Amino acid sequence: MPFSIPKEEYMMSGHTACAGCGATLAMRYVMKAMGENTVVTVPASCWAVIPGNYPNTALKVPFIYTPFASTGATISGIREALDEEGKEDYNVVGFAGDGGTADIGLQALSAAMERGHNVFYIMYDNEAYMNTGIQRSSSTPFGAWTTTTPVGKDRVYKRENKKVVADLMMAQKVPYVATASIAFPEDLIRKIQNAKKIKGPKFIQILSPCPPGWYFNAENTVKIARLAVETRIFPLYEYAEGKFVLYKNPNPLPVEKYLEIQGRFNHLSPEEIRTIQENVNRRWEELLEREKGKVIP
Amino acid sequence: MRAINKNWSIMTGNEAVALATKLAGVKFVSAYPITPQTAIVEKIAEMVANEKMDAKFIEVESEHSAMASVMGSELAGVRSFTASSSHGILYMHEMLNWVAGMRLPILMAVVNRSIGPPWNIWADHSDTMTQRDTGWMQLYGESNQEAMDTIILGYKLAENKDILLPIMVMQDAFTLSHTSEPVEIRDEEKVREFVGEFNLPFKIDINKPMGYGSLMPPDGPFMELKMDMKKSMYSGVNKFIEITKEFNETFDANFPGPVEGFMMDDADYALITLGSISSTAKHVVRNLRNQGKKVGLLRILLYRPFPKDLVINYLRGLKGFGVVDRSSTYGPFGSLYMDVISSIYGKLDIPAANFIAGLGGRDVRVVDFEEMFMRIMEGEDGEIWINAGVK
Amino acid sequence: MVLVPTAYAPSSNNKTSSWRTTRPVIDYSKCTRCMICWKFCPDVAIGVTFGEKLDYPNERFSKLEAPFINYDYCKGCGICASECPFDAIDMVQESEM
Repeated sequence: MPFSIPKEEYMMSGHTACAGCGATLAMRYVMKAMGENTVVTVPASCWAVIPGNYPNTALKVPFIYTPFASTGATISGIREALDEEGKEDYNVVGFAGDGGTADIGLQALSAAMERGHNVFYIMYDNEAYMNTGIQRSSSTPFGAWTTTTPVGKDRVYKRENKKVVADLMMAQKVPYVATASIAFPEDLIRKIQNAKKIKGPKFIQILSPCPPGWYFNAENTVKIARLAVETRIFPLYEYAEGKFVLYKNPNPLPVEKYLEIQGRFNHLSPEEIRTIQENVNRRWEELLEREKGKVIP
Repeated sequence: MRAINKNWSIMTGNEAVALATKLAGVKFVSAYPITPQTAIVEKIAEMVANEKMDAKFIEVESEHSAMASVMGSELAGVRSFTASSSHGILYMHEMLNWVAGMRLPILMAVVNRSIGPPWNIWADHSDTMTQRDTGWMQLYGESNQEAMDTIILGYKLAENKDILLPIMVMQDAFTLSHTSEPVEIRDEEKVREFVGEFNLPFKIDINKPMGYGSLMPPDGPFMELKMDMKKSMYSGVNKFIEITKEFNETFDANFPGPVEGFMMDDADYALITLGSISSTAKHVVRNLRNQGKKVGLLRILLYRPFPKDLVINYLRGLKGFGVVDRSSTYGPFGSLYMDVISSIYGKLDIPAANFIAGLGGRDVRVVDFEEMFMRIMEGEDGEIWINAGVK
Repeated sequence: MVLVPTAYAPSSNNKTSSWRTTRPVIDYSKCTRCMICWKFCPDVAIGVTFGEKLDYPNERFSKLEAPFINYDYCKGCGICASECPFDAIDMVQESEM
């Protein structure tokens, strides 16, 4: 049978994620790659409610809920204590949303990476605070509507560019950094398997489209995640112990293809779409330069 | 630390705490520096680096993360410790509630210091008083010996399978933390035996995967969990008495237990205090007794759970008493006063004054305690600020 | 022993079938058993079965493992139908079932 990803499931059915949830696919793939010797920590996030109400739990591994800002710190403590207990073969995973990573959890993340614990930090990036009802995060892209960047008379949708945490992690020289997409689970799983070979901190940012938050039909979750890569809006790369590799698609689609099927971008003018395209092109050039070994600030 | 003889050393409160964590077999320490606590973690770091203490030490980037990381390590089943003070305690407020709700018997040493603004690094209890309702037990020590002993007793109390709650162990900034006193170092082997192995019944186990702290609707056992925390905490008063007895027998010590009555037996008037100012108060009690005045002192060691029945027993028969709060809180009266008054409500009818004293490290002097006794003997009540006002 | 906020029951105790307004129906005569639908199901609601009794596009597929939809958990998102390269999955209104 053509099973391109591991057959074992560590995420169970009956969870309470929205239909077509990208974050759920992200967890499913991450767990397939991690396996049973894994301890997962989540902060306040969609994933704090996806397992459902007490007494239910949706993973077949220990699953620890921690306050919003503390994922990086909690996994540090778990890791060091497990090592102290001789359980060095456990994977210790923090699994946090973009708000819990790019905003309130950034300090604890950066510190945990700097201290060099042997942990995985997975950021599932749905580009806003989705669990609380679609508020802007620093990982929300330019031009997106959210409930706190509404489109009113003054068109005050998000005017600032996305903060790409994976780029920050590379700047910090974290031993393993990658971006991944739920549309490419084989790539995602391979990256985690590569990361497993490194004893130290690992950071992986996974673009996880959100049907209610991005305003698209649930059936398009995978399609949109794929378009994000094909339009180069969300480039896939891997940075392992200083070596940077960019996944290249020679014939990129125009950004409209990605933007036009999401309600959150409905209001954009042709000029604004051109700006987005130019930003995407510029960033792509920078990533190519980085691959050639030139350090981009 | 200069050794006087085999078991005694001259050491600061901070050193006593650090040494106690080693004696108690702490295996993981995570902390963030803050004056005047810093010396505790420096000492631990030094012991770990020199393999005098078999533990992992990490320095995190904030107090919030200090508490979050010891939450992770305790869940993994490893006896853990942190220390902080003042604004650090406030910064970890969210985590304090979280680890208590998770029923993790973490110990934290707190060097009590005021809360700004303005910046002030000296002693008062505002930092921990504002955290008294987080589900942590609180022990306020009076001496460096107690700084050591409360850590040892604390782990035994916190890790009791019917309690499983975290404990803050307090000492006053500088007065204890940076002042050297003779301390009897408890025998390490005996301490290990006394405290026992740490075996968290619900620790992380891949063969028994669970969700720790999952979403609970109103009709889930949310209220029951909170009720159980309160029940466990208040069972801690008697448990602490038992543990104190065992401790004193094991180490030939005289640790007082949840409260200490000083010359209370036939007293007509008494003050109630927390922490190191109690020593000055005792001195004043002795002086006044020499003058024929029947006064006493009731020192509260165990502030959470509040040992209300013990307090009632000590206060019964008094003609008046005063409660000394060394913290700035903004209820109708000081926190300790309100706890005492609500405990005796409907049971005892005694005039009681609330003295606010010693904020931001201001000395609480012999004359101040003399004034307090004078005023309660004159039947004053209400809130009275001592040695404060426009000068 | 104290009460601890630890959750222990599998989420699969919770059936999510009532969330659905449309249901995916596999036309096994078009299904090449590529398992792409299984791969992309966010609800782990697509399982694997031995397909001997099922229809197939041609004889060569008859002995292969085939996907089946667990309607206890399918929320009807439609990703499987959208991702199926052979148009072998139709989304059908629940009211028509």
